Amino acid sequence: MSDPGLDCRIGVYLCHCGSNIAATVDVMALAEYARTLPNVVVAREYKYMCSDPGQELICTDIADKKLNRIVVAACSPMLHEKTFHNVLSRAGLNPFYLQFVNIREHVSWVHQDHKAATAKAMDLVRAATRRVALHKSLEKRRVPINPNVLVVGGGIAGIHAALTMADAGKHVYLVEREPTIGGHMAMFDKTFPTLDCAACILTPKMTSVGSHPNISLWAYSEVTQVEGYVGNYKVTVCRKPRYIIEDLCVGCQECITACIYKEGKTPDAFNQGLSKRKPVYLPFPQAIPQKVLIDPDACIEFKTGKCKKTCVEACAERNAIDFKQQESIEEIDVGAIILATGFRTFDAQRNAYYGYGQYKNVYTSLEIERLINASGPTSGVLQMRDGRQPQSVGIVHCVGSRDQNTNRWCSKVCCMYSLKLAHLIKERTGAEVYNFYIDMRTPGKGYEEFYDRLLDEGVHFVRGRVAEISDWPAHPSEEGKLIIRAEDTLAGFVRRIPVDMVVLSVGLEPKADARDVARLFNMSCASEGWFLERHPKLAPVSTFTDGVFIAGACQGPKDIPETVAQAGAAAAEVMALIDAGEIELDPYTAYVLEEHCSGCKTCIPMCPYGAIAFDSVKSKASVNEILCKGCGTCVSACPSGSINQNFFEDEEVFAETEGVLLHA
Amino acid sequence: MPNGQEDATTVFEPRIVAFFCNWCTYLASDLAGSSRMKYPPNSCVIRLMCSGRVDPQFILNAFAHGADGVLIGGCHPGDCHYREGNYKALRRFRLLRRMLVKMGIEEERVRLEWISAAEADRVRDVIREMVGKIRELGPLKLDLVPKAEMTKAEELIHA
Ligand SMILES: Cc1cc2nc3c(=O)[nH]c(=O)nc-3n(C[C@H](O)[C@H](O)[C@H](O)COP(=O)(O)OP(=O)(O)OC[C@H]3O[C@@H](n4cnc5c(N)ncnc54)[C@H](O)[C@@H]3O)c2cc1C
Ligand code: SF4
Ligand code: SF4
Repeated sequence: MSDPGLDCRIGVYLCHCGSNIAATVDVMALAEYARTLPNVVVAREYKYMCSDPGQELICTDIADKKLNRIVVAACSPMLHEKTFHNVLSRAGLNPFYLQFVNIREHVSWVHQDHKAATAKAMDLVRAATRRVALHKSLEKRRVPINPNVLVVGGGIAGIHAALTMADAGKHVYLVEREPTIGGHMAMFDKTFPTLDCAACILTPKMTSVGSHPNISLWAYSEVTQVEGYVGNYKVTVCRKPRYIIEDLCVGCQECITACIYKEGKTPDAFNQGLSKRKPVYLPFPQAIPQKVLIDPDACIEFKTGKCKKTCVEACAERNAIDFKQQESIEEIDVGAIILATGFRTFDAQRNAYYGYGQYKNVYTSLEIERLINASGPTSGVLQMRDGRQPQSVGIVHCVGSRDQNTNRWCSKVCCMYSLKLAHLIKERTGAEVYNFYIDMRTPGKGYEEFYDRLLDEGVHFVRGRVAEISDWPAHPSEEGKLIIRAEDTLAGFVRRIPVDMVVLSVGLEPKADARDVARLFNMSCASEGWFLERHPKLAPVSTFTDGVFIAGACQGPKDIPETVAQAGAAAAEVMALIDAGEIELDPYTAYVLEEHCSGCKTCIPMCPYGAIAFDSVKSKASVNEILCKGCGTCVSACPSGSINQNFFEDEEVFAETEGVLLHA
Repeated sequence: MPNGQEDATTVFEPRIVAFFCNWCTYLASDLAGSSRMKYPPNSCVIRLMCSGRVDPQFILNAFAHGADGVLIGGCHPGDCHYREGNYKALRRFRLLRRMLVKMGIEEERVRLEWISAAEADRVRDVIREMVGKIRELGPLKLDLVPKAEMTKAEELIHA
């Protein structure tokens, strides 16, 4: 091990973090101990090291005491390592002469025994002083940033983010899996609490996306591969065949009218299966792009090859139909990525005691959204499957939310959308409406006022979780009705309420493939499956993968205002990133000690990025710094120790290990 | 060393070195902290960028310098920030563990765990389990362990 020698002058800085650290770790004893360690010139403790005066303390010491190595023991390096890198730079010291020690998340917050916690903090600080003595000065790498951006998911989050950036002059690729953008919001008739028409605010934005010169809108497409790193991502997108040539289709829909199917036979997914569509279709009248598509599973030409192809005839010289269309693969280069893939609703069949799928008059909230929508399957008339209008309706809150058996979290929007549906149902049908809730959660601008309004409108509210929905009458008046059994926790007894129709306010869940998508983009999901943000408060739209941001309900349940706010935030983060023009990368790359390398080539297949090449003239391995991402996998494979990794040098890790184990 | 032979009544406190990958297990241990989960203070984390960087020598070195256990934490298979570093860690780990067992180091003293950034409870549980297990096994008795002296650190704590 190389000897750091006498010229190593370490300063140790210990943070109280208010009482976050100091309440458990004896910071005074820690400072006193640090002063006894070899090469330590000064050790100080301070209430908040990250504050201006805290930082100033270090700067001054570096100048006055000629320090050349710094140890800061505080919170997680994820939070503040960068802050102190900057402090060192400001003081004229190479930033990598810093070792950052985590005595908050890893010590004071997880241990209760003060003595043991202090001892552990001592171990960690000792290890850091040993390690830092061996640090070398390193330079960050600078690479240019590609100014193009990819947005994945075209719900309101993706739409808003894409438009914001496109208006600022960035080129945006918007990739949407479904044949149209719009996401869930496109399905609603009205939105709470203002009851403004969803289409009136969404459709203009959708149209702008479709016509914006800076947006390449790729609907019916999916990202299949992502390579590269912040500033320079290479993304592969698979564009599924619509069997319609997008550039030629004018959206006249004459083919739909002409299709030999007079009536649709396929359940319409956009209408939650409440209506049927033809093999050639447009998901809904305002769909963007306004281009039809053909469903090969339903189309006779695909199934038998013997259709009269009346659609082709109708399309005539426009010639937009192409039964031979194949999926195409596009490759794009972007500097940053925003994921806005949204949520799925809870599958109500999982709560069998609510009878969804069993009783035909039990609906999900999303189905009701379609049933009351003027462009929905019934043109906005709230009709049950048997054609009757309901006289009484029960709305059950928290279906699949706040429940140990399904999802523990609050889905946040269900209270409010249940109120919205209660209002709309009452307005349209005059039915008696009963809302069954556990707690009413209306924290938002104008939300509580909306609740008050509903109370005035004569909607009934029953506080208590619904136990069961059945069609077993206990009395002639219950004949032919659905009976909701619930404990009324305000009145203190169990009630039976017979209704014609039940609406299950299903909760929000991560999309079924959220984990796969996270993997594709090299980020993580929280335990429930929502995408994990870098910091819940300070970096809610960033992820741990630089250059990848998240917005909207893919991060957790959110209403539209919050979704839009987050989408704007993500767009701003992306622009701050790409407008800088270049990016600094950590210098944790591998390098070859040529004099030791025997040219055995063990390292070469270890590197997942093909960053190691064999120099056949010298018979040595050589690392391409640009391609190396700094994992260090090659380093631990080299039998002769001839590859090393900056900042994670063997000696440094050995010194740290010995440091935590051996008392000095 | 906390297990002073001079005082038979003190319980043996195992010392565990934990090599955690920057992207998963390190984040999980941060989350355990911000969720104020409690686990015994017997492990110290050494942060590496990837579990693939865990050189078998790091493990040997830890045992040689008095560790009673070594824990390696990496991303779940398929989730590696660097695509496949964790698979390589696994291969090396299996080989090394066979060797360690031959050297008389019990299998339970080295553990490789896949812990994602969200699995704070897993960090807590694994450390609790490992401490319990190694407490049963007792201190690792390797002749190469240098005898540590009574230290300044302890003086200060006991003062
Ligand atoms: C019944 C109901 C009623 C509601 N009513 C209201 C209301 O009145 N007011 C209000 O403020 N909020 C309401 N909400 C909440 C609202 O739906 C959400 O806030 C909003 O839709 C979130 O938008 P988003 O863009 O994040 O997600 P989404 O709307 O889910 O959009 C995500 C988009 O990403 C696409 N996508 C997903 N995965 C991929 C992939 N891998 N590749 C490409 N594309 C992908 C999807 O196809 C979709 O188009 C309601 C929710 C429900 C369930
Ligand atoms: S090929 Fe026939 S079935 Fe298919 S869309 Fe055209 S007309 Fe309809
Ligand atoms: S450190 Fe990782 S990325 Fe860099 S050369 Fe080695 S294996 Fe490749």
